[in-house]
Amino acid sequence: MSSETKQILTTDGIPLEVSLKKAEKKNKIKAFLLVAPLLFFLIITYVFPIGDMLFRSVDDKMVTQMLPKTFKAMESWDGQELPEEEVFAAFHEDFIKLVEDKREGKLSTQLNYTKNGFKSIIKKLRRASKKFEEGNYKEQIMSVHKRWADVEYWRAIQRRAPEFTGQKYLKGMDMYVNEEGKIVSVEEDRRIHRVLWLRTLEIAFFVTVFCFLMAYPIAHLLATLPMKYSNLLMICVLLPFWTSLLVRTASWMILLQQQGIVNDFFVGIGLVADDNRPEMMYNKTGSYVAMTQILLPFMVLPLYSVMKTISPSLMRAGKSLGGTPFVAFWKVYFPLTIPGIGAGCLLVFILAIGYYITPALVGGASGTLISNQIAFHMKSTLDWSFASAMGLMLLSGVLVIYWLYNKIVGIDNIKLG
Amino acid sequence: MSVNKEFVKFDKVDKSYDGKILVVKDLQLDIAEGEFITMLGPSGSGKTTCLMMLAGFETPTNGEIYLDGNAISSIPPHKRGIGMVFQNYALFPHMTVYENLAFPLRVRKIPKDEADKKIDKALSMVSLQGFASRMPGQLSGGQQQRVAVARSLVFDPQLVLMDEPLGALDKNLRESMQYEIKHIHESIGVTVVYVTHDQSEALTMSNRIAVFNDGKVQQLSSPDELYEKPVNSFVAEFIGENNTFNGEVSDISGGKCKVKLANAEIMANPISVKSKGEKTKVSLRPERALINPKDEMDNIHNGKIEEVIYHGDHTRVRINLLGNPEFILKVPNSSANLDIKLGNVIKIGWNSTDARALDPK
Repeated sequence: MSSETKQILTTDGIPLEVSLKKAEKKNKIKAFLLVAPLLFFLIITYVFPIGDMLFRSVDDKMVTQMLPKTFKAMESWDGQELPEEEVFAAFHEDFIKLVEDKREGKLSTQLNYTKNGFKSIIKKLRRASKKFEEGNYKEQIMSVHKRWADVEYWRAIQRRAPEFTGQKYLKGMDMYVNEEGKIVSVEEDRRIHRVLWLRTLEIAFFVTVFCFLMAYPIAHLLATLPMKYSNLLMICVLLPFWTSLLVRTASWMILLQQQGIVNDFFVGIGLVADDNRPEMMYNKTGSYVAMTQILLPFMVLPLYSVMKTISPSLMRAGKSLGGTPFVAFWKVYFPLTIPGIGAGCLLVFILAIGYYITPALVGGASGTLISNQIAFHMKSTLDWSFASAMGLMLLSGVLVIYWLYNKIVGIDNIKLG
Repeated sequence: MSVNKEFVKFDKVDKSYDGKILVVKDLQLDIAEGEFITMLGPSGSGKTTCLMMLAGFETPTNGEIYLDGNAISSIPPHKRGIGMVFQNYALFPHMTVYENLAFPLRVRKIPKDEADKKIDKALSMVSLQGFASRMPGQLSGGQQQRVAVARSLVFDPQLVLMDEPLGALDKNLRESMQYEIKHIHESIGVTVVYVTHDQSEALTMSNRIAVFNDGKVQQLSSPDELYEKPVNSFVAEFIGENNTFNGEVSDISGGKCKVKLANAEIMANPISVKSKGEKTKVSLRPERALINPKDEMDNIHNGKIEEVIYHGDHTRVRINLLGNPEFILKVPNSSANLDIKLGNVIKIGWNSTDARALDPK
């Protein structure tokens, strides 16, 4: 406490802090040099690409750069009536340049995201623009198609003026900015993403619950059995862990299909009729079963590592003090396993919420998750900005859960082993 | 008021874990009410197993255990009402000291104000008032130990079991805790069954000690009797220090016997030898042999000093005596004028009543 008022000096008269820094400097540089290659590797292969990808979700420069003069001319437009000749002229100038560069197709794709119907009128405009005469572009463009004379379409173009946009995020929540500039939901029958978000949460939640219910007794057995049995059990837990994810998912497909082993067994013991075999795959059931099995070790291992540290004499103490076995378990053993439960549940939930391969293979239409949707936009529609917006939304969801967990249980209480 | 002599009774108890080896053999043991009894023995001698059977965590393979006249083998541990102190304290790490002590009271549904009184009393008994809101992790080893003792007593059990409770403490703390536990026992009169492998702990604290070896009680008697009058050579060697001579009984008469060693003959007190020609091991406590004895003693022999070790309050002298190079003498340091120097030959004498001729083992 007194160091604030009186500076401590070394025997040579140098302030202690300065001397300490000097002495530590060499070590610090050495330590940094040791981690530097990994740091650069991470920056180049992880931080930079992820940052770039996430930036795409809000980046809307493409249209801004395609129509620079148009947007400049639009600055004075109030958006009520059709724009003046000046805007049309600027648009024509921008458009001719795009046609020369053969980039008008990209413009039509981009504008079509904002409002349907741009694709065909831009195609028409390209053909017509070759015969355009100088002057009075407003008349000429409006005569190409009646939509060009519709103020709605010009407003749609104007909405693409800002360099950054949050509309991909709105789209991820099945919302958009309408003509009046208000945020509204899309029509009920087109709301696909909200269902997916809810289903993702639901499946991740129940998979976590199932994993917990199954892993707790296994972990307890592992921690209490004599060495020779617990080693064998540990191998049984870890064996699937060492098997390829695809192989495991594929084997669930073999087991769960309608003519599969599980169904054969149910028919064999007379649980279901042969002509009425239940569908256990290509739906939620498939996702639940396969994901629970695959994520089980992630629950068992943290639980096991915590249970291993709980002395068996604690349960005995609980019993000798008069607690029934249940009371001893519930008041003594269970609270001590909470750090493991927290770690396991958080791990399984976070893994489940972003699960991809398994739901894609066994989930069918009703068992797919948000990550499958992200992959779909990455691979099929090539709308990477939308994919990355959803990715960021998923990430923020996970962070929110992590934050909540920290508030409720405390991250210090977590124990991964 | 008559004291129940058979408050705890082990009746012909056998215990085996694997069906091949008996870890406890035909145990017959009565413990009186209010007694402090210690089960003492080397590790693996079955003493902890006995305690665990009494607590209910192990079941006897054969025989029955009675608590206050009732057979308890089929009663689960939580219904036995026996307090227990564990080797590593077994305090519940997620509960405060108060909650630890309240645990046995809560499960017994004792009203809160009454429970609080009991907890206060138990904490003051181990002089830990004001520690109620601490977590066990914030306490030192000795304090944790006291909390464990308080917890085992807070619900007023008639019987408290202690399984090597001081094993994890350092020497000084262990000694002061020994006295503390002894005083607590004396002041509340609870019956205590204490397990330890530390003989000095057993000698200090107990009314009676049961020496265990090889699954059997070798001797059950008071500490002084155990030390002064061991009934067999295991007890003699396990308790305290001991000088031994192996030999053969050459004559036995009038409460004395002659034992023929390799190249000498000594007089001894026949304990477990009956007739001439039996092999025997004669045991003699180091402090019972004197240097240059003035009194008339029936054993006086010459020995050569091999080693002198200074111990502060006394000096240990190792002497080569009658073919035994490990004969130990303890010489109080007040007698520094004696001629104790390496290589000297000195006269050593002892009474035959102190030299106990035991089984040869």
